[in-house]
Amino acid sequence: MSAAAAVAAVFRRCPVTGLKIDRHAENLIKVNAVISIVTLLVGVIAAIGLVLTRWQAVHLLPVDWFYRLLTAHGLNMLIFFILYFEMAVLYFAGPVMLGCRVPTPRLAWGSFALMLAGTLIVEVMVFSGKADVLFTSYPPLKADPWYYLGIILFAVGALIVTAIFMATLVVAKREHTYEGSVPLVTFGALTAAIIAIITLLHGAAIYIPALAWSLGIITLDPEVYRLLFWGLGHSSQQINVAAQVSIWYLLGGLTVGAVVVNEKISRTAFVLYVGFISMASAHHLLVDPGMGPAWKVWNTSYAMYLAVLASMVHGFTVPAGIETGLRLRGFVNGTFEWLRKAPWSDPGFAGLMLSLVIFGFIGGITGVTMGTEQINILAHNTLRVPGHFHATVVGGTALSFMAVTYYLIPLIFRKKVALWKLARIQPYLFGIGITIFSISMTFAGIFGVPRRHWDISFAQAPFKYEFPPAVDLMLALTAIGGLMAAAAVLIFIASAVISVFFGESLDLAALTPGMAGVPQGLTKLPPQQYESETVAKVHGAGTPGTVVLVAVFLLVFVMYYYTNWKMLSVVWKIG
Amino acid sequence: MEELHSALVAPRGIWWKAAGRQERIWVTVSFVWCMILFAMMPLWHIKGGQNPSGIRARVEPEAFRRRVDQFIADYKIGSEAGVPLVAPPPGSDVYLLARMWQWYPALVLEEGKTYVLHLSSIDVNHGFNLQPFNVNFQVVPGYDYGLRITPNQAGDYRVICNEYCGIGHHLMTGKILVKPAGSAAVAPVAQGGTR
Ligand code: HEM
Ligand SMILES: [Cu+2]
Repeated sequence: MSAAAAVAAVFRRCPVTGLKIDRHAENLIKVNAVISIVTLLVGVIAAIGLVLTRWQAVHLLPVDWFYRLLTAHGLNMLIFFILYFEMAVLYFAGPVMLGCRVPTPRLAWGSFALMLAGTLIVEVMVFSGKADVLFTSYPPLKADPWYYLGIILFAVGALIVTAIFMATLVVAKREHTYEGSVPLVTFGALTAAIIAIITLLHGAAIYIPALAWSLGIITLDPEVYRLLFWGLGHSSQQINVAAQVSIWYLLGGLTVGAVVVNEKISRTAFVLYVGFISMASAHHLLVDPGMGPAWKVWNTSYAMYLAVLASMVHGFTVPAGIETGLRLRGFVNGTFEWLRKAPWSDPGFAGLMLSLVIFGFIGGITGVTMGTEQINILAHNTLRVPGHFHATVVGGTALSFMAVTYYLIPLIFRKKVALWKLARIQPYLFGIGITIFSISMTFAGIFGVPRRHWDISFAQAPFKYEFPPAVDLMLALTAIGGLMAAAAVLIFIASAVISVFFGESLDLAALTPGMAGVPQGLTKLPPQQYESETVAKVHGAGTPGTVVLVAVFLLVFVMYYYTNWKMLSVVWKIG
Repeated sequence: MEELHSALVAPRGIWWKAAGRQERIWVTVSFVWCMILFAMMPLWHIKGGQNPSGIRARVEPEAFRRRVDQFIADYKIGSEAGVPLVAPPPGSDVYLLARMWQWYPALVLEEGKTYVLHLSSIDVNHGFNLQPFNVNFQVVPGYDYGLRITPNQAGDYRVICNEYCGIGHHLMTGKILVKPAGSAAVAPVAQGGTR
């Protein structure tokens, strides 16, 4: 390390992981995580209002507040909560994991201030009713110009943080803070950062014109807006996927000592994410009048589903790494001993596994199916859409973020996890709740129940329509699952806030096995056996449990996919 | 043994190594499945009956409104719930205009006959959702989406708006009545919706 840098940066060494941690990185992780959790709280309060309104029997909110809170929910959850958390992940995967200083601490704090200012402006606009346009703000629906400005400030701040992450990689390499290649987790975060840059540039391409349009300076074509907006909106989901998969690998390592089965395959799969992301905008335009069939087919499939291939690869390598890691601990019997003996009471591990299953089985399968050009005729703007993405970005990404927080609290904040008993059931409550929520919403959507709709009883509409009674049941289940998930989020927030601000400090050098308030992986790691005999045995068997899991996955996928073609084939002929 | 490490560890040396047998098989199977997923879409364009291609054109909202008015003047047979009821001949161009917060006009079609249904909006985005069949299309101002449709079942269908279009979004319902094949010249229909 150069002398100047050594003077500027203050480090501490983590006695558990052996990582060397820069003070600025640590503090930036803290503030981003805290704001992330505050916005999560706003989002979840809105969510409770939304589910209780869509549950037609309760129908809680008046019409204007339904759409206002829908706007607030989309923005706070999808944009603020997720992105602040990802900023924290970038500071963790960069400076912390590479043992490097934050290259430009002042700029880093400046970009945080920018994001915060943007957030505050947007919140004021939304809650004062000056931006009842939902988070998509499709023109000609118009919000106050300050709204677009707030989003731009936030996005510029986020762009700077990704640039700082890139700079960290360069500085770490130059100052030789690590040897060999960057760890897989950092590599995954790097792909997330690259995608973030592409995405945020789309963001500039759409929000700057939208700001100008809202000021009456230019005109804006509604279809071009939709194309570019989703270049931002859907690509940013690829950031989430890359970040979430990186966290899966991270949690696998922290909780059970999962190994990287093959660096080449995992890294190649990450690279595939980068290649095809901008194309995903097409998922939202499949039944739009703007584009032709060739464009739709090519783009919706990310050039022949290569990004889907990437996710299917991670869907194998992540559990395979966990299985190998556990087999190395001597759980070698049968197909599933490793799974039975896994630390299910560790919220980090439980969250990781539930996130993996919900993301893959529900989110992945429903998403690829309704992203098929023709099948989208059955799904566009129905409740199938939120049913799908609450399985991906909520059951998958948000759950993985919560799970890793149970490790960040002891490792970064150096506190015990408060409300430990509740925290241990939290991933289950959340996972089961969001599963019920997503599946019942999807079923309601199969009946054609629209998303973003205040009153499907059409009580005041000129032509009446009544959905079949099954829909009432589905919406009631949606509400119950949603409330379970919301309760779990509140537990998570309470646990995190109490831990961080009022929690018991933790001496990381003096951990004892089975200590309350400390995730199991940190204290009770049964040793992995690395004698060549065990390793050879594990290598010989491979990962039979994972093979069974992915085979079941593929079967469900094929069945769901072709059932949808069957459903499509009976409706009116359309062409 | 040194080669077994977690994803937190910076791998040293050359990690570009051949994958194990199980991974190779899974990657191959996944790849084949992805190709099948891809092939289904062009295949359905050739063999299937439901495609969102349509005839797509730009149209000024004013021009579209004039076409709708002409269409109504030509084929109007009555009115229902405050909107004209229009019965175009089989094979013709049919117009459905979306605006805050109305589908305009109501249509009477014949089972088994083909029409070109033109959708557009004169204000914000709207969403065409046909019930109870659950068929969905985006309706974008400035664009004319001409879909060749062949209703395959008689019935009283509803059109619901499923793109948020402002505070009256939930008021936006419309009607398409499909008469059984071969039924005599269309007669005016009773007031009020069904159910
Ligand atoms: C914790 C439990 C949650 C519940 C109960 C919940 C519930 C809901 C409900 C009822 C809707 C409205 C569906 C509609 O009427 O169209 C909705 C929309 C949405 N939710 Fe959630 N949600 C939760 C968490 C999240 C999280 C964590 C995220 C993102 C990370 C998220 C992202 C969204 C988005 C983007 C929308 C669409 C907004 C729009 O259509 O404009 N939700 N959610
Ligand atoms: Cu509408």
